[in-house]
Amino acid sequence: MSSATTTTRLRPALRVGRASWRVHPRAVWCAAVTTLLMAALLVVDLAYGDLNIPFTDVVRALLGDTSGVNAFIVRDVRLPEASVALLAGLALGLSGALIQTIARNPLASPDVIGVNAGAAAGAVGYIVLFAAADTGAPSGVGADLAIPLAAFGGALAATALLYAAGWRGGLDGRRLVLVGIGIAAALTACTSWLLVAARLQTAASAQVWLSGSLSGVTSGNAWWLLLVVAVVAPCALWQGSALNIVELGDDTAHALGVRPSRAQAIALLCAVLLAAVAVSAVGPIGFVAFVCPQIARRLVGTSRPPLLTSALAGAVLVLAADVITRLWLTGLAVGVVTSLVGAPYFIYLLIRTRRTQS
Amino acid sequence: MTILDKADPANPPSAQASSSVPGVRTGSWRVVGILVVGVLVCAVLSLMIGNVGISPTTSVRALFAPDNSQAAAIIQQLRLPRTALLIVVGLALGLSGALMQGQSRNPLADPGLLGISEGASLAVVLAIFWLHISSPVAYGWFALLGAGLTAWLVFSISALRGGPSPLTLVLTGAAVSALASAIITSIITSNVSTLDQYRFWVVGSAAGRGLDVFWQVLPFLALGVVLTVVCTPAINLLQLGDDAARALGVRPGLHKFLGICAVMLLTGGAVAACGPIGFLGLVAPHVARLVCGPDYRWVVPYSGLIGAIVLTLADILGRVIAGGAEVQVGIVMALVGGPVFVLLVRRARLVQL
Repeated sequence: MSSATTTTRLRPALRVGRASWRVHPRAVWCAAVTTLLMAALLVVDLAYGDLNIPFTDVVRALLGDTSGVNAFIVRDVRLPEASVALLAGLALGLSGALIQTIARNPLASPDVIGVNAGAAAGAVGYIVLFAAADTGAPSGVGADLAIPLAAFGGALAATALLYAAGWRGGLDGRRLVLVGIGIAAALTACTSWLLVAARLQTAASAQVWLSGSLSGVTSGNAWWLLLVVAVVAPCALWQGSALNIVELGDDTAHALGVRPSRAQAIALLCAVLLAAVAVSAVGPIGFVAFVCPQIARRLVGTSRPPLLTSALAGAVLVLAADVITRLWLTGLAVGVVTSLVGAPYFIYLLIRTRRTQS
Repeated sequence: MTILDKADPANPPSAQASSSVPGVRTGSWRVVGILVVGVLVCAVLSLMIGNVGISPTTSVRALFAPDNSQAAAIIQQLRLPRTALLIVVGLALGLSGALMQGQSRNPLADPGLLGISEGASLAVVLAIFWLHISSPVAYGWFALLGAGLTAWLVFSISALRGGPSPLTLVLTGAAVSALASAIITSIITSNVSTLDQYRFWVVGSAAGRGLDVFWQVLPFLALGVVLTVVCTPAINLLQLGDDAARALGVRPGLHKFLGICAVMLLTGGAVAACGPIGFLGLVAPHVARLVCGPDYRWVVPYSGLIGAIVLTLADILGRVIAGGAEVQVGIVMALVGGPVFVLLVRRARLVQL
């Protein structure tokens, strides 16, 4: 460079009254494209199956038309599974992005701090304790709902333990991550012990849950997931701005009116709740929460994972896995396919963007 | 990202300076000696304790001058191979965990993150599924093969377009691990008899392995230890960043390559011997840092010795905890080690991520 002068290009900003947001054109563009992709995958997911339905009928049924067989199939048979896939993906992507931001570590994710391990211990514990003698799996009327409930209970118990053990005159996001690793290890050991001690059939049915499956989900799961995501996700996105300020250092954050430890603790609680509700619905598919923030970060080109794009990328990944298991790899669980699809794509991104990393 | 990044004037990143500042934790040969004695005590305890209790003097006599008694048979055939394996595997996992965290400058890095554990597991699952193999030595060879292939794959993917950066290496390893684990899951959910063997291998256990397994993995572990000794002194300088390290006379590319090779040999050998024992490689360096501060020249040996002690104690506990039945060492270690680690983190001045 011959010239010593540098010019700063002003970024566009959105101002409403006293509030203002900086607008990153590339981030907006990425979010728009992922949203479109998500919508397209949702329609494809609803259209294909044992009976193929024209896209126009799918869109009409989604917009409120309830007449006809096609509308029934779309709305009552396929929509619960597809919406659980979409919402669980959103929740896991957002949760991973929050935790990676708090820990400032690309390896952190809800399964590292024990959320998945707690859910797994709860669900496997239920399956082993209430296994029927003949099939090896829990039976009875409430079994379909009881496993997600046990998983959610386990995840919440792990979270309570995390906050209780991590509290030391206040909460520190990064200490919480280390405490979470210890809790995750102990809970994973409980699950392994249950798997080794159980009869083979029971271990096999627990393993099916552990691989992450959408096959048993009901509209009840979908509504419950929607409720939690609708409450927690906006709260988490709101905390995102506080987390950005915390990045500037504790003193600067205090001066700007943000308490770092409180912002981190609230954001972590949001992340844990999102992961807990998603994992209890579809099983511990931890890879989504780890990889989606990293994919989103490379697409948008920011130094930290962008929250919204990470969430959308999560939804795209889980929906795509659902479509693939429906159409081609019918024997495989969704959790397996998210890894089979997500890992190669992530490796491709790693190779391509190698030069831009520090 | 690392413990050395803190802008604390009392804690400069060079070992010579930190050892001269009063009040700053540093390592010492005396503590290394205490840890070595600890390993020996644990070894004797491991020979003594089990379904049949044997007195210390009888144990030592049976070790060096075996007679035809039942106690000697138990010690020579069961407990000696097991104890030897526990010590070398614990040492290997502790060393490779510390190396891994130092090389990647990431305190959440676990030796399994390079994909080695999952790659070895995948090879074992395929061996069970296709070839119906069920002996520990055969598992060992397949685990070594899988570990080597995965390590080579991860290394060459992340080395495309220039030398591998620690971050790419770890992220590639995580992605390859996820891929391998997805394939494992799809096999064991569709084939119950494979699941039946795999679930006992995957929790990690030192039981039922003879001295043949020990001799099988020893060359790999020994070479790993030699490489560790070679590349450990440079880790402190690598923490300063590649450019600063180069200016101080270190060749970052060479040292990272040697370090990664050491991690691969140590972890691969450990997985082949006892199955994928997680958590120890992650936690042993953290415990070592609580004792000796951030200097990697002390952290690495401390971590190895602590790993050997913890793994042996966990195995002893697993033998007595459930009466006659035995709980696998991988389970005991995480079950007891998890809460202990939480207590340590709570008590200690926060180790900065």
